[in-house]
Amino acid sequence: MSAVRIIRDRAIVDDDFVHVPDGAELPDGGKPIVTLARYVASREALLGRYPALGVRIASDKLPGDVPEPGRLALIAIEFPRFSDGRGFSVARQLRDRHGFAGELRAVGWVLRDQLFYMERCGFNAFELKPGKPLESALEAFGEFTATYQAAVDDPRPLYRRR
Amino acid sequence: MYQYDDYDRRIITERARQFRGQVARRLTGEITEEEFKPLRLQNGLYMQLHAYMLRVAVPYGLLSSTQVRKLAHIARTYDRGYAHLTTRQNVQYNWPKLADVPTILDELASVEMHAVQTSGNCVRNISSDHFAGVAPDELEDPRPYCEILRQWSTFHPEFAYLPRKFKIAVTGTPGDDRTAVRFHDIGLRLVENAAGEHGFEVIVGGGMGRTPQIGEVIREFLPKRYLLSYIESILRVYNLFGRRDNKFKARIKILVAALGIDEFRRRVEEDWEASRTPALELPDAEIERVRAFFTPPPYETLPPSDTQLAAFALGRDRDFGTWVKNNVYRHKVPGYSAVVISVKMPGVPPGDVSDTQLDSIAAVADAYSFGQVVVTHTQNLVLPDVKTSELPRLHAELVALDLGKANAGKLTDVITCPGLDYCDLANARSIPLSLEIAERFDRIDYLNDVGDVSIKISGCINSCGHHHVGNIGILGIDKRGAEFYQLMLGGSPGNDASIGKILGAALSQDEIVGAIEKVLERYLLVRESPDERFLETVRRVGLEPFKQAVYGGAAAVGAA
Repeated sequence: MSAVRIIRDRAIVDDDFVHVPDGAELPDGGKPIVTLARYVASREALLGRYPALGVRIASDKLPGDVPEPGRLALIAIEFPRFSDGRGFSVARQLRDRHGFAGELRAVGWVLRDQLFYMERCGFNAFELKPGKPLESALEAFGEFTATYQAAVDDPRPLYRRR
Repeated sequence: MYQYDDYDRRIITERARQFRGQVARRLTGEITEEEFKPLRLQNGLYMQLHAYMLRVAVPYGLLSSTQVRKLAHIARTYDRGYAHLTTRQNVQYNWPKLADVPTILDELASVEMHAVQTSGNCVRNISSDHFAGVAPDELEDPRPYCEILRQWSTFHPEFAYLPRKFKIAVTGTPGDDRTAVRFHDIGLRLVENAAGEHGFEVIVGGGMGRTPQIGEVIREFLPKRYLLSYIESILRVYNLFGRRDNKFKARIKILVAALGIDEFRRRVEEDWEASRTPALELPDAEIERVRAFFTPPPYETLPPSDTQLAAFALGRDRDFGTWVKNNVYRHKVPGYSAVVISVKMPGVPPGDVSDTQLDSIAAVADAYSFGQVVVTHTQNLVLPDVKTSELPRLHAELVALDLGKANAGKLTDVITCPGLDYCDLANARSIPLSLEIAERFDRIDYLNDVGDVSIKISGCINSCGHHHVGNIGILGIDKRGAEFYQLMLGGSPGNDASIGKILGAALSQDEIVGAIEKVLERYLLVRESPDERFLETVRRVGLEPFKQAVYGGAAAVGAA
């Protein structure tokens, strides 16, 4: 089985993490992404067993629902529909308020035309909706060369840069 | 008015290029129609009943004559020779071809205009007072803050996929709100505190639609430097907690009502304390930078013209006198007046303006009003800075252009949504009804006798025609496949905000205009004096006399 391709830091790479749904067996090693429920239930054991652990959270979860985010290598935020924009605020809070420095990944119904906004809100990795081309999606990051607002990518609004 | 710099120009140009790519991806099938929809909506492209509609943003309603000429050119070249003024001070084209839209956006960009975020679940065009900058009772010009908010909201990365659309209005005249701040998702009222400083009263959770709600005060006084950080926290709480399971319960008003204003405020303040950074504070220098674009035009030093206005109103030329009385408003600068150009003519759908009229309006604005025009939320236009002494000449020119109607604020100055003629959401037609009203009551003596009364018509519960806040509100409903109309009385969008109450059973197309006539007859009969306005009479006597007038003894209340 070939590795899943994702976008990370504006490049297409093989995914070195693997999603482990509830009920599925944990791998012997590597970098699993477990559900928030599994993480909450056996946090210490998981963190002890995997030096690079990821947690996947549903779109109705808030940063405060994730205990000790600083110990995680990755947080994946679900977009159940492309029109559900909660993940943008969750990402921004994780970065700005909780100082999360690991990989922040958008998963689910993720589309090329959201990447620019997602990156500004703190996401640095993207699993596009299956079937969507990755190569051309990279162009999305360069579509705007100026922005008005403060965001994770630049904490200064344009009026402090103008 | 605001002039783009290199940043603004780049952002708008890059946006037009991005949209070309999105259209291309849609045409190749790389994205589905479902996925394309929010992209085209946030570029102002809305699917109506028969065709696409393109809604062009007119920030706070302000247009230069150059922009008006461009709008005329677009109407002539890409549409059917007219444009439509909307209740959010925007301009709409009802018949553009999808293939032409990227080119139209380029045309708009050439005069610093765009169609960004005029539709979709995002922060919409910021609206304001159509007398901003010239109202004598204004505390401060609200437009610099509107422009600051326009820039902040344009492509805000966090708030492009909100639960629902989001509308913000700003008024600088706390004593006479002409922007309906209490019916917006966020309403901002410039106010002065005890120390003499200006700041914002922040109102949240107002709206119309199927659940009309008068907004509540979340902050009595917000210092200006916190404007953006505080609004950002309101949006964040809404984005995280607003309902997404039901489109009809997704507006912020539903969240505010569900949580209660105190709990909503607690969440906003909590987020704000945690998220506001010094960098987010709005520096005085930025306010000054933007304010410099709204400096007053080079007014001449003139004596006050109040007596001249009074003389005009009572003069021999009755048509002119009536127009001065109804369409001319006082100005903060001596010798000047603000003029409402009514586009509400018998036979013309409210808000429609032809390409030749637009060209003429641009010429008139250049000749009489420093080249500026303002779109009003009542679907008319304002010339903000006219020398009072030139009013007779201006009036004669407007009459020749068929734009001299003296009905501003009167019965035939009807506000409507596009209705079933254009919109697939509508239950009933609004335009023919407004045309019938315009014809039936087109007698100036009658209009003057009835005085200030607003009629607002919506073709469905989404209330784009603002029927909830019409002194007389009309709502189109579907009754077993037939078009019916509910009649409401007593609404007001201003400082004395109120939501109209349903008078009785819905009326058929044949009955509705007659019913309005009966309501007005009864008003003339029961008013205390000619000075008691229609709204005041309704508030004083209640609905009962009007029910009697329309339904006789047997008023079936609420039946629809």
